[in-house]
Amino acid sequence: MHVTIAYVVGALLFGLGVYGVVRRRNAILVLMAVELMLNAVNLILVTADVSLRSALSGVPGEAWATPNSQAGSGGVFALFVIVLAAAEVGVGLAIVLQYYRMRKAVAIDEVPLAAGEERVDG
Amino acid sequence: MTVADVLLLALGAVAVGAGALVVTSTHLVRSGLHLVVSLGAIAGLYLVLGAELVAWVQILVYVGAVVVLLLFAVMLTRAPIGPSPGLDRPAGPSALIGAGVGLGLAALFADAFRWIEYPRREPGTAERVGTEIFGTWVLPFEVLSILLLSALVGAIVLSRPDIGARPAPPAEPQQPDEPGEPGDEGREEQVPA
Repeated sequence: MHVTIAYVVGALLFGLGVYGVVRRRNAILVLMAVELMLNAVNLILVTADVSLRSALSGVPGEAWATPNSQAGSGGVFALFVIVLAAAEVGVGLAIVLQYYRMRKAVAIDEVPLAAGEERVDG
Repeated sequence: MTVADVLLLALGAVAVGAGALVVTSTHLVRSGLHLVVSLGAIAGLYLVLGAELVAWVQILVYVGAVVVLLLFAVMLTRAPIGPSPGLDRPAGPSALIGAGVGLGLAALFADAFRWIEYPRREPGTAERVGTEIFGTWVLPFEVLSILLLSALVGAIVLSRPDIGARPAPPAEPQQPDEPGEPGDEGREEQVPA
C-alpha cells in the first residue's frame, strides 16, 4: 500500500479547506470548510498511524512516549479530533444562529468589530 | 498497484472532488450534501487504511450528526433554495492561498513519504482502540468529556433568545385608551403620574 496517496489526498483537502475559509462569506459555509480541514488532518493522522510505526519498527521507542508500544496512536488522536469538531460545530452554530437572530445576516465580513461600527467594509 | 492502491486513489479522487464542490458550489444545501459525499469517501479511506473504528465513528458523528446540524443551520438562517449570489469574495487571493497551502503540503508529503510499499495493518478494531484509549490516553479522554460538557452548556447559554436582544425601549407614558382593562400589569405601571 502506497501511503503517499493518502497523504497527498489529505494535503489537497486541507488546501481546499483553506481556500473555502478564505473565500466564503457565509458563516455556515466557512464552518463547512473548517470541517474539511479537520477531516484532512484526521486523514493524515490515521495515515501516519499506518506508515510511521512501520517505518520506525526497528527503533526502540521511548517509554514515556509510547508506553503501549504495540498500537499506534493516530487513530485515537483522530477520534479525539472528531469529538472536538463536534463540540466546535455545536458552539459555532449557536453563535451563527444568535448572530442571525440579531442581524438577519450571516455574512462574516459585515460583522461589526467595534461598538458603534455598523459595517466593516463596503 | 495493488487493490488497496486503486481503492485509495478512487476514494481520494471522490473526496477531493466533492470537497472542491463544497467550497465552490453556490447552493448552500448542495454544498452540505457534497460535504456528506466527501466525508463518506474519507471514511472509506479510513477503512482501506485499516482504522475501522475511526471510519464508523466518522460516519456516525460527521455524516450523521455534524452535517445534519450544518444543514439545520442552513435552513434556520433562511438560505434560499436556489443559487445565492454574493456568497463569495473575489477568487484570486483565496485561490492563491489555498493552492499554495494544498500543493505545498502535497509536495512536502510526497517528498517525505516516497513511493514506498508499506505493509497493510490488521484492522484497528474497537478492542485495540479501546485498550489504547483507556490505557494510554485516559487523561485526555476525561478532559475531553469535560470540554464536551462545557461546550454543550456554552451552546445552550449562547442560544438563549434574550442575549443580544435590544434593550426594551423606555416605557413612554401613553394614555390608557381603555381605562377599565384589567389584568395588564405593564399597563398599570405606565399610568402617567
